[in-house]
Amino acid sequence: MNAPQSMARRMGRRFLQHRLAVASLLTLLLLALLSLGAPLLEDLLGLDGQTTNLFQRNQPPSLEHPLGTDEIGRDLLARLLQGGRVSLAVAVVAALASAVIGTMIGVIAGYYGGRFDALLMRFTDGVISLPLLPLLIVLAAIDLSKLGLPPSVTQSEDVSLYRIILIISLVGWTTVARLVRAETLTLKQREFVRAAVAQGATAGRIMRVHILPNAVSPIIVATTLSVGNIILFESVLSFLGLGIQPPVASWGNMLTNAQELIWSAPQLAVWPGLLIFVTVIAFNFLGDGLQDALDPRAVD
Amino acid sequence: MFRYTAERIFQSLLVLLALSFAVYGLIGLMPGDPIDLMIQGDPNLSQADAKRLKAIHGLDRPLVERYGAWLFNAVQGDFGYSRNHSQPALDVISDRIINTGLLLGLSLVLSLAIAIPVGIYAALHPYSKTDYAVNLACFAGISVPPFWLALLFIILFAVVLGWLPAGGMATVGDGGFLDRVEHLVLPVVTLTIASVGDFTRFMRASMLQTLRQDFIRTARAKGLSMTRVVTGHALRNALLPLVTIIALSFGRLFSGALITETMFAWQGMGKMIYDAILGNDYNLALIGLMFATALTLIGNFLADLGYVWLDPRVSLSDRERTV
Repeated sequence: MNAPQSMARRMGRRFLQHRLAVASLLTLLLLALLSLGAPLLEDLLGLDGQTTNLFQRNQPPSLEHPLGTDEIGRDLLARLLQGGRVSLAVAVVAALASAVIGTMIGVIAGYYGGRFDALLMRFTDGVISLPLLPLLIVLAAIDLSKLGLPPSVTQSEDVSLYRIILIISLVGWTTVARLVRAETLTLKQREFVRAAVAQGATAGRIMRVHILPNAVSPIIVATTLSVGNIILFESVLSFLGLGIQPPVASWGNMLTNAQELIWSAPQLAVWPGLLIFVTVIAFNFLGDGLQDALDPRAVD
Repeated sequence: MFRYTAERIFQSLLVLLALSFAVYGLIGLMPGDPIDLMIQGDPNLSQADAKRLKAIHGLDRPLVERYGAWLFNAVQGDFGYSRNHSQPALDVISDRIINTGLLLGLSLVLSLAIAIPVGIYAALHPYSKTDYAVNLACFAGISVPPFWLALLFIILFAVVLGWLPAGGMATVGDGGFLDRVEHLVLPVVTLTIASVGDFTRFMRASMLQTLRQDFIRTARAKGLSMTRVVTGHALRNALLPLVTIIALSFGRLFSGALITETMFAWQGMGKMIYDAILGNDYNLALIGLMFATALTLIGNFLADLGYVWLDPRVSLSDRERTV
């Protein structure tokens, strides 16, 4: 009888039963591979997503350009792959950062309890109920040079990338914090935690060694589900011109121009949005499947 | 009850105050201040003039002092002038509130009118084909980017089919009731699709949980039909969690309204805030954000009261102790 292994096997089996989640995982892996391999694919297929070619504007799909070209003659497929790289990277990094913030807040609030907990949870509830998009727009619109950052930072090309990761992480941690707090509240009553307290373990050690490893499942589920939300936030901010800045492609900012071209080139609006949709729904299905699979109380 | 209400209102005011300070500070960090913009528009102004103007308008004073002045006036109902609309900020938002209220209200009613029956049906037939399809549709609604959906709707219904207007509030020169309804259809539908999925899933989950309880079995055992059991016994209990979810979703609904209004050029609060932030209209952006936050706080508060009304077991003093 090897308990942990059979537990893991049961979880694996439950996950495989969730066919949508499995299909989603495969789709996401494929998307990630394609995005990571974007430069390689572009070389192989001879596509060019960077240089503008005004003689090749709004071309229909052809052998040369599998999905056609955009309004200034760049290859659409190549742009989509580059956009996927950016959108996926931003979403995953921001989700992980939010998970770290949320876990720390949740475990501290749950472990220490009392007024401190009440204060932190009130703060969390406050953030959850705020109209986030207008606030994110304000955060995305502030002038970094007024914060006293040097021009080498404010004018670098990647700054919009870091900025969007930062502002999304600032508001994205709430779900994880609530779940981890709830888990911590029950875990700290358990015998093994009391035993650790009795042996004189420090609070930091108890949280790290005894509580967090047992709270991993909700963290994984909430983080997976939050990736979808983050992609939606990133894409709408980029779409509004406040997120990832052109010429760097993201699925959101590719739709900005498409909006102006709906009368002349409506096809440009389809692909980037479809990819956002597929990615977000895949992350949501995956999270749903993981939730079912990782629930220790579930019966087969 | 009175003490609870007073405490909640006090807390909400504290949140508003903290947020107004944060937003005031952030808006000051946006590119260009009003005087800088004036200089851009008038080449005759020198640096010395700019300095003098900033001193007159108090823009050279420290942040806390400026915020204090704003707050002092705001409490007396003076929220300053809107730079882009050239009228008091308060006057600009009053029309917008009605437009946003119309959009949000209609789409909330429509989402609930879909979510409650569909959620109940799915809960009564769990793991059936219909349940599966409902679940898929919910996930699709939650995952679709609202601005892209709006774009597709405009392409399909305005560009290709030409059935509905692409945006705006009313056709110039028409503005009759039917015309206004036509302009409402696409924004309301977009906003509804964005919110109905979550509501339906919650309704289903909450109904499933209620149906497992003992008093439902008792009701069935005494011979009541399933319809009577659901409408007479289960519904009220199952609606409770939904109320909380609606309350917590006001902020998200407002974010959705911002997108929809911007996409369809609907003259509401969301579009106004967006335009004000991008157009450096400090006063208007501030009051807009304050108002949106106040709206979500009021929503939360009403939901707490609704909770008590729906569930007589919960008294407000109990809630006080648990939260």
